[in-house]
Amino acid sequence: MDVLISFFNSLPGAFGQGLAWGIMAIGVYITFRILDIADLTVDGSLATGGAVAALCITQGWNPWLALLMAVLAGMLAGLITGLLHTGCGIPAILAGILTQLALYSINLRIMAIGDEKATTKATLALSVDRQELLVSSRYIRELTLENPLFLLVIFTVAVIALLYWFFGTELGSALRATGANQNMARAQGIDANWCKVLGLVVSNGLVALSGGLLAQYQGSSTVDMGRGAIVIGLAAVIIGEVLLGKVFRNFALKLLSAVIGSIIYYIVLQFVLRLGLESTDLKLLSAVVVALFLTIPYWKGKYFTKAVRKEAGRHA
Amino acid sequence: MLEVREIYKTFNAGTINEKRAMNGVSLTLADGDFVTVIGGNGAGKSTLLNLVAGVFPVDSGSISIDGQDVTRLPEHKRAKFIGRVFQDPMMGTAATMQIEENLALAARRGQGRSLRAGITRAEREEYRELLKILDLGLEDRLTSKVGLLSGGQRQALTLLMATLKKPKLLLLDEHTAALDPKTAAKVLDTTEKIVQRDKLTTLMITHNMRDAIAHGNRLIMMFEGRVVVDVAGEEKKNLTVEHLLGLFSKASGSDEADDKLLLG
Repeated sequence: MDVLISFFNSLPGAFGQGLAWGIMAIGVYITFRILDIADLTVDGSLATGGAVAALCITQGWNPWLALLMAVLAGMLAGLITGLLHTGCGIPAILAGILTQLALYSINLRIMAIGDEKATTKATLALSVDRQELLVSSRYIRELTLENPLFLLVIFTVAVIALLYWFFGTELGSALRATGANQNMARAQGIDANWCKVLGLVVSNGLVALSGGLLAQYQGSSTVDMGRGAIVIGLAAVIIGEVLLGKVFRNFALKLLSAVIGSIIYYIVLQFVLRLGLESTDLKLLSAVVVALFLTIPYWKGKYFTKAVRKEAGRHA
Repeated sequence: MLEVREIYKTFNAGTINEKRAMNGVSLTLADGDFVTVIGGNGAGKSTLLNLVAGVFPVDSGSISIDGQDVTRLPEHKRAKFIGRVFQDPMMGTAATMQIEENLALAARRGQGRSLRAGITRAEREEYRELLKILDLGLEDRLTSKVGLLSGGQRQALTLLMATLKKPKLLLLDEHTAALDPKTAAKVLDTTEKIVQRDKLTTLMITHNMRDAIAHGNRLIMMFEGRVVVDVAGEEKKNLTVEHLLGLFSKASGSDEADDKLLLG
C-alpha cells in the first residue's frame, strides 16, 4: 500500500519530467522516423542546451532569452553533425557520436564561463530563490500558474503546432521525401544533403530546448544529464507508436504520441523505482525496453509475414 | 536537346573489379526525338542514363541539355531538366507519403522549396484530372499512401510525376522490366500517350527488342560501353528483330551475344 501511495505522490513529477523530455522525444522523432537517421548527437546537445540555459540564467539573463540561446546552441550542434555526415561523408551514426563526444568537453567549458576560479565545471546549480526560472519542480504540486506543467504543456503544444505547419510546407515535404526515399528526392530536384542537415539542425534545436527546460526544472545543469538521452527519446517514440500508432494517424498526433510515450516512460520508471530498483538501474531498464520494442516489429515481419502480406493485398 | 560528347567512365579503376562502362560515347538527341536503347547486360545502357542524370560524374567528356553544359551539375540540380522513371518501382516514389504529396513534390521539380504550402487545393483538383490518364482509378485515392500501391501503379505514378512538369528530357530506365506483361504493356502505352501529347525528348532503355522497334523514331544499340547501332527514320520503321540481330552481330563481331541481348 505504501508503494502505491508513494507512487501516486510521484505522478506529478513523472508528468513534468515526461513533458520536458517529450520535447526531446519530438526531436528524436524527426531524425529517427522522418529522416531515418539515428542521431546520437542528442546525448551531447541535450546537455549543451542545459548548460547554455543555466549559464545564461546564472549570468542574470532573462530565462526566455536563455532558452533561445540554448536552442541556437543545439542547432549549431546539429549543423556540425549534419556537415560531418553530408560534407565529409561520415556515416550519420558516427558523425553524431563525434559531435556528442566533442560536446562533452565543450559543455564542461560552457558551464565554467564567467567563473574565475575554474576552467571547467561539471554542474551549474539554479534555484528559484535566487533566479527567475520558467519552470521548477518545486511548484509541481501547486495549483497556480507557477506549476511547471502549465508552461510545459504550452511549450509542447506550440512545438507540435509549429512542426505540423513546417512539415506541410514545400521545404518540410522535401525533408520528408528525403527521409522516405533519397533517390526519388534527388530525381525531383531536392537537395537531399541540405534537407538532412536542416532536419538535424531542427531536431537538435528541440533537444536543446528540452535540455534548457530540464535544467530549470530540476534546478541544475550537469554534464551527464544527456547520457543515454537518445535511448530515452527512442523509448518514448516507440512506446508512443506501439500504444497509439493504430489510433493516431495525423502527423500532429504522431508527434503527440512521442510526448505521451515519454510521459508513460517516466510513470513506469517511477513505478519500478518504488518497487525497489535503484535509479542507477534505469539505464539498463531503458536499454532493455528499447531493444524489446525494436525487436517486436522485426520479428513480426520475419516470422509472421503471411499475415502482413494478406493485409497488404487487401489494400492493393 | 541532349548532347553527349565523348564520355568515358570506369568503375573501380585500379582494382581487379575494374570495369570500363562508358567507352567514349557520343550521342545527340534532337528536340522531340524518342530514342529507344537496347543492349545486353553490362553494355552500359543504365550507366549512360545515370551519367546523363548526374547520379555519378563522368571521368571525361561533356553533357549538355538544351544548350546548357550540365557536366558538373549535381543530380538534384540537373533534375530541373530531367524527368526519370527507374527500373525498380520502389525507387521513383516516396512510399510513406500520399499520392497527392508525391505529385506535389514532382510539380516543384527544379524550383526552390520555400515555406509556402506543400500542396494547394487547386493542385489537388489538377492531380485528380491528371491521374485519369493512367486509367487506374488512382484519381479517387489521392490521399492513399503510395506504399499501398502495386508495382505497376507505382511505375505509372512515377511516369506521371516525371512528366508533370514538362521535362526537357525524359529518361526511362527499363521502367517496365519489373512488371508483369499485361501491366508492362499498359505502362508502355501510357508512356507513348504522354510522350506524344507533350512531344517529349525521350531516352528509353528496354530489354525487349519488339518494344524497342515498336516505339520511338530512333533506335540505338550499345555494346561494351559504345553505341554500335544507330538507326532512325524509315530504316527504323522497317526494322525487324532478325534484321536488328544481324546489325548487332556485324557491329560486335559475334553472334554469341544474340541470346544475351534478347533475354538480358
